[in-house]
Amino acid sequence: MVLFFNILSDAFVYGMVLFIISVGLSLAMGLMKVVNLAHGAFAMIGGYIASYITQDQGMSYTLAVAAAVVGAIIIAVPMERLLYRRIYGTSELTQVLMTIGITFVIIGVANFIFGPTLKTIPLPDELRQRVDLGFRTMSSNRVFIAFCGAAVAAGLWYVIEKTDFGIKLRAAVENEKIAGSLGIKTSVIFSVSFALATGLAAFGGVIGAELLPIEPYYALTYMVMLLVVVCVGGAGSIGGALAACLILGTVDTVARYLLPSYGAFFFYFAVIIIVLMFPNGLFGRKLNV
Amino acid sequence: MTALSQTRAIPATTRHGLRDLIGACAILAVGVGCFFLFPNNLSFLTIILSISLLVMSLDLVTGVSGVATLGHAFVYGAGAYAAGIASVNGVSDPLLLLLLGSLAGLLAGVVSGALILKGHGLSQLVISIALVQLASEGVNKASFVTGGSDGLAGLTIDPLFGIFEFDLWGRTAFWLALAVVLVVAVLLRILVRSPFGMMCRGIHQDRVRVRAMGASVYLTLLKMYAISGFVGGLGGALQAVATQVVGLDSVSFTTSAEALVMLIFGGTGHIFGALAGTFVFMWFEHSVSAASPFHWLILVGILLILVVLFAPKGIYGLVGRLFQHKEV
Repeated sequence: MVLFFNILSDAFVYGMVLFIISVGLSLAMGLMKVVNLAHGAFAMIGGYIASYITQDQGMSYTLAVAAAVVGAIIIAVPMERLLYRRIYGTSELTQVLMTIGITFVIIGVANFIFGPTLKTIPLPDELRQRVDLGFRTMSSNRVFIAFCGAAVAAGLWYVIEKTDFGIKLRAAVENEKIAGSLGIKTSVIFSVSFALATGLAAFGGVIGAELLPIEPYYALTYMVMLLVVVCVGGAGSIGGALAACLILGTVDTVARYLLPSYGAFFFYFAVIIIVLMFPNGLFGRKLNV
Repeated sequence: MTALSQTRAIPATTRHGLRDLIGACAILAVGVGCFFLFPNNLSFLTIILSISLLVMSLDLVTGVSGVATLGHAFVYGAGAYAAGIASVNGVSDPLLLLLLGSLAGLLAGVVSGALILKGHGLSQLVISIALVQLASEGVNKASFVTGGSDGLAGLTIDPLFGIFEFDLWGRTAFWLALAVVLVVAVLLRILVRSPFGMMCRGIHQDRVRVRAMGASVYLTLLKMYAISGFVGGLGGALQAVATQVVGLDSVSFTTSAEALVMLIFGGTGHIFGALAGTFVFMWFEHSVSAASPFHWLILVGILLILVVLFAPKGIYGLVGRLFQHKEV
């Protein structure tokens, strides 16, 4: 029973990290219909910036998180304007080629500047304590991650369902041309959503660094995982992304606890089954890319 | 439909025949030229030729039929491991090994096609990735037959036709690979122009119309997947025979992604584009990555972005445009 709760709580935290990183990708894919393989690279940029600020400059963790998010957005927005904008509406293959190219460049440049080593982001004292959850103790960092995941989900839900921007965003997802003809500036919506998506990726990359360590090939290592999450959840659906992250996080964690040497095998097997059963994602609409 | 295609086909056939002939001569010329110019790099050239079979096979499903896959190394690995395992268990005739590898590739093609074709768009990509990762993990764990992460090494291969030994320099392997690639390229050019190939192109352009015509999209594409698997498996087996080593990388996501990159780089849908893409890309990789793996990543990344922005039809499209300007 203790093992059961251990697995469940670890799976929950892991799922939340995946959720924070991938929900932006899911929104961007639903909105811009772009298969963005470079999404993980933006999480990596966030991790590198945070590591630089805390390790090399000795500044605070809060500042590092903020700098990572802002830095990633500053890098991403020109990219959206100059590169991504040209592949909206093109074939998947073109998008895959372009975004793999961007991923390669980001990996290369990041390692050129910061060196090809594993990056650590030291946590502040508050996040290093142990918290008693009743059935087990857990590091406060993990509790913090779970809390952030819930906050991101609630915040996004509020923005998309309740605000003016959210209405325009949903209209653009539904039908970009009609939304445009109704006077919604879809290109602005695209830029803002892209910035939001990258910001969330960078945020997830930094606070999830304990579970998904920042290493030179981070962007490639987790690229597959992020795509799988979006596909299972259904592009453009927050609830779907949350459900997919929790399900896949649980499958992965259970497999690693119970069948450590066959973990990946079991995981991909589950992915194939889930995708075959729900080809448009758990809650997704049909993605016509 | 048939009447229409026949009236158009007569001039087109001779033109395409000429283009095939030029293409075949170009492959032969580049091959022979490389043999004499780079006698110390023959084993690398042989690997390029084996991978080009994988890329051509990917062209059949991706370029011609429009199925997006990031897991095509599945068929390549199936061919390589089938040949490797057969060789360890006493089969040593190179041509028989190639045949076994191709058949294993065909089987893998049918299996992966049956699953991947169930998806659309993103789910297709994800199924293909999951499949190749699953295969890779499976091969890794089944170390009693596959050697696990060590792979299979030191395969003993009989002389080709009982005469030509697979020597240290890789001359026999190189000529065998060149001949196989030449024959396969020409046959595939004929295949993609055949009514069956046209049907696959039609599915790529508008699957609803093809379905309305009464054809089964799923079965047609599955057939194409089987052929593609055969060719990809042949490539894997060729690499196993030529290098006498089978490694886990033959069935990896990385190989699949690289094959896709090479294909789009060369130009999709024309078979020759796949060959050109493989050759140029791998040569570039070979010369740059020796210097620094991260510089190589930056360069190849920039190259990919430039291809998308300025040469969306790849090298083949660029060259084609060049010739068209000359004709005008």
